[in-house]
Amino acid sequence: MKLHEYQAKDLLRAAGLPVPGGRVAETVDETVAAAEALGYPAAVKAQVHAGGRGKAGGIRLVRDRAEAREAAKAILGMTLKTAQTGGRGIVVKKVLVEQGRDNTGELYLSVLPDRQTGTLMIIASRSGGMNIEEMAATDPDAIVRVRVDPLLGVQPHHLRRAAFALELRGPLFKEFCALLRQLCTLVCAKDLVLAEINPLAVTGDEQLVILDAKVEVDANALFRQPDLAALYDPSGDDPLEAEAARHNLNYIRLDGTIGNMVNGAGLAMATMDLIKQAGASPANFLDVGGGADAQMIENGFRIILSDPAVKGILINIFGGILRCDTLATGVTEAARAVGLNVPVVVRMEGTNVEAGRRILAESGLDLINAADLADAAEKIARIAGQP
Amino acid sequence: MSIFVNEQTRIVVQGITGREGSFHTRQCLEYGSKIVAGVTPGKEGQKAGGVPVFNTVARAVAETGANTSLIFVPPAFAADAIFEAADAGISLAVCITEGIPFHDMLRVRGYLKKTGCRLIGPNCPGIIAPGLCKIGIMPGPIHAPGPIGVVSRSGTLTYEVVHQLTGVGLGQSTCIGIGGDPVIGTSFIDCLDAFNRDEQTRGIVMVGEIGGNAEEEAAAFVREQVDKPVVGFIAGLTAPPGRRMGHAGAIISGGSGTAAAKIKTMRDNNIHVCEDLGSLGDFCARVFAGATAG
Repeated sequence: MKLHEYQAKDLLRAAGLPVPGGRVAETVDETVAAAEALGYPAAVKAQVHAGGRGKAGGIRLVRDRAEAREAAKAILGMTLKTAQTGGRGIVVKKVLVEQGRDNTGELYLSVLPDRQTGTLMIIASRSGGMNIEEMAATDPDAIVRVRVDPLLGVQPHHLRRAAFALELRGPLFKEFCALLRQLCTLVCAKDLVLAEINPLAVTGDEQLVILDAKVEVDANALFRQPDLAALYDPSGDDPLEAEAARHNLNYIRLDGTIGNMVNGAGLAMATMDLIKQAGASPANFLDVGGGADAQMIENGFRIILSDPAVKGILINIFGGILRCDTLATGVTEAARAVGLNVPVVVRMEGTNVEAGRRILAESGLDLINAADLADAAEKIARIAGQP
Repeated sequence: MSIFVNEQTRIVVQGITGREGSFHTRQCLEYGSKIVAGVTPGKEGQKAGGVPVFNTVARAVAETGANTSLIFVPPAFAADAIFEAADAGISLAVCITEGIPFHDMLRVRGYLKKTGCRLIGPNCPGIIAPGLCKIGIMPGPIHAPGPIGVVSRSGTLTYEVVHQLTGVGLGQSTCIGIGGDPVIGTSFIDCLDAFNRDEQTRGIVMVGEIGGNAEEEAAAFVREQVDKPVVGFIAGLTAPPGRRMGHAGAIISGGSGTAAAKIKTMRDNNIHVCEDLGSLGDFCARVFAGATAG
């Protein structure tokens, strides 16, 4: 779960890390008042769950009241499209107004649990400001990675290695080590899967300041992080995805025309790929899980059909413990309740498949039975090809 | 022979009195698996599906000689259940639980390295040696004994693959779901290595998906170490970057972990990649024709 920048900074500030003074604003007047209170120069920053805000016009530096007003008018309500928002973009509803600072250098620092090494990983670089992928491409030697044994926890030599790699000296060296220790402790204590400070600025008076922070919380750990769970903000999410989440459905909206409903995430991805190979394109990812009942399938149908781009639906179920006859009953009940207005191809395989197919055939519903995956792909291609 | 498990495997089910635990205990028993004990703290002395229940894994091991654990414990308590299994001397823990916190799994992986306990999963369907034993939630009847080893990050997608293999007459030596989480106990490489050494196994199918670089590492291992034919399938060619596709580990981040890159690396390293799931069974029949003849 991604946090907004202002939420991330509140978390860091509470942990004793150096964050500039700032205020959140939702209207133009609030923005101006915040800038006046903080003093100039100030930064006005769009609060959305996506990186690349600066390039997309979501961040402005303002020097006086008039510029603050102008920036607020431009940013609040704008649809921000960055490389990370997808084609639809995200409407900006909040800005963070923050004290501007002069700085003499920008560093990169992140701490995250690393899937590949199974360690807590510290990543630091002298070339702050650009994203880590750019850095890895342009100046890989400037990146240092320090692996911390999760059973041991962060030790002073881990901190020193990062500080030396950043060529810090004197008071800054000590200040950095203290900051990094606090950050590592925070990542573990709060179940963060990413804490990225970029840039970490060095000011003219030899202080470290966190200019931007990206924090992601482990969604699987929210049960023990209630204060972070409360920060969940679905406002920037796709409305259909937010609706699906309310029904505990694992749904992601895509740009295609063929809706699909599958049990299991791997099979769901493979089904999307199959639709693409058939010459059509998937409208969504939807994993109804191992215990899909009639109610879940009905909710799935409703969400898929709420997307006006959908021209047809493919249901692909591999019945294991969840038997095909149970599933077929669920599909027919859901289809009657929803009232289908697009063709639906059903491909079922596995336990009690014959009984399942009979239920579908005898339902009187206009469900298209597919014998196997290849047949399903062909039938979907035909639907997608119709004007 | 099968890998990691066989007909001698003695199983303790942790969380045996829960809904999932009790249901799948019955299913595994019906398949012929030797479930000798269950553990639910505070319920020692009871029986679940005819299986004696103990308060601790240590007691279950001492009383029944269990050497393998099947774990159905909720995510908040699952890491502790794995630690308990390892501390009790269990040599193989199979964890079905989905949703264990990332930081818990870092500690689990770090700790298990210091013990003799192998973990399969979490967030996986488990392991089955067709005809010998089933330790997990996969449907038994789609499997058949035979020469093909199957290793996969997925659940139902694995059933699909196994169903097609059985359909074309290719039975399986062992099928392992290694799990869809970012941090897992047993890797593709561990399974490929074991299959390569296993006499019964003549060919291997590996099923991967977007996210991480486990498939790339496995591909390099195949080129260097594996002398049996390997078929690969990768799910997620159409998955958008930056989105978590159901499994916690299935995410393309910073442009890495894409299906296209995995497929290319696998092909560059002697793996026969099938891109059409609909014809995977026939594809395998062709690739394995030489290896399984005679």
